[in-house]
Amino acid sequence: MAKRAAPEVNAGSMADIAFLLLIFFLVTTTIETDSGLNRKLPPMEESEDDVIIKEKNIFQLEVNRSNQLFLKTGGEEKIIEIKDLRKAAVSFLDNGGGAGDNACQYCQGEKNPRSSDNFQKAIISLQNDRATHYDTYIAVQNEIIAAYNELRDREFKKANPSLDLSFVEASNAYSDARTAPATKAKLKVKLQEIKDRVPQIFSEAEPKKSN
Amino acid sequence: MSKFKKKKGGEMPAVNTASLPDIVFMLLFFFMVATVMRQNTLMIENKLPQADQVEKLDKKSLVMYIYAGKPSTNYKSQYGSEARIQLNDKFADVKDIAAFIASERASKREEEVPFLTTALKVDSKANMGLVTDIKQELRKVNALKINYTTRKGDALEGLKK
Repeated sequence: MAKRAAPEVNAGSMADIAFLLLIFFLVTTTIETDSGLNRKLPPMEESEDDVIIKEKNIFQLEVNRSNQLFLKTGGEEKIIEIKDLRKAAVSFLDNGGGAGDNACQYCQGEKNPRSSDNFQKAIISLQNDRATHYDTYIAVQNEIIAAYNELRDREFKKANPSLDLSFVEASNAYSDARTAPATKAKLKVKLQEIKDRVPQIFSEAEPKKSN
Repeated sequence: MSKFKKKKGGEMPAVNTASLPDIVFMLLFFFMVATVMRQNTLMIENKLPQADQVEKLDKKSLVMYIYAGKPSTNYKSQYGSEARIQLNDKFADVKDIAAFIASERASKREEEVPFLTTALKVDSKANMGLVTDIKQELRKVNALKINYTTRKGDALEGLKK
């Protein structure tokens, strides 16, 4: 049989394929963005006049130098595991033990008179030692934020049943650059309403010196 | 009849484009190699703690990074094994933070300054003492928006490691 020359493959479209790949990767590559726990530090100038806070409205946490967590609230003091902290914080915030002016109209807790009055009054305070490990501290912070988010999610769903979003999803949508400005404006109002209803009142005491 | 007959027709020969993909690939590789993602070279161990209630840190231009952790093995002999702060490419002291914040602020437009966030990238094994010092220093210069940068993951799982 006669030897036939192999037909040449047309490589003209190879460039198009390569360009397509280049453009695809250019568009889809997002340089990894950092994420973390946002907090706000208190300003330096402290107001001199002390505010009187009822003891039952404080959820006092202390992390000692060996990374143990102490909880002091409602007249009792105990060691608590970090995994139980979220539940304890939610039940403290959601207690709604106030009466009259202090009554909490959104709380669904057990209305224990020895625990917090309402969302506006409930304060979570955290004190750590200088020798506390950073990862323990972050875990505690994370659980506190989780407790607030849990309540805010609930209130957000109750206030906006039509949206079918949780508070966290809504605030992510709000900070997403792809969301339309009109939607953003609507979300902002709704988010602010929930933030006012369940404010994060969080105080951080200066750490103890460990000698 | 001439020996060198003119080729019939004035058709232009097709340009060979077979090497075009090679050129494009070369460009692709050049950009892949030349793109620098990290601004600072880390001189410390920086294994971030885990958390799951995180918010994204958008707008990279509005973030100031403060790193802290133990010096990595190359620098141990020089800087010891105590956790230290790193600003830009240098080891720094707590009192250098104020100057660092001031210089970062000066490099931004004036209307952007209130939106500046300080990202604390602290190694999970560091002690809170160092973090507290940093926070005190930030309060002094009124840089109150902070972000404890973490990896995504279960906070309690992260503690066990």
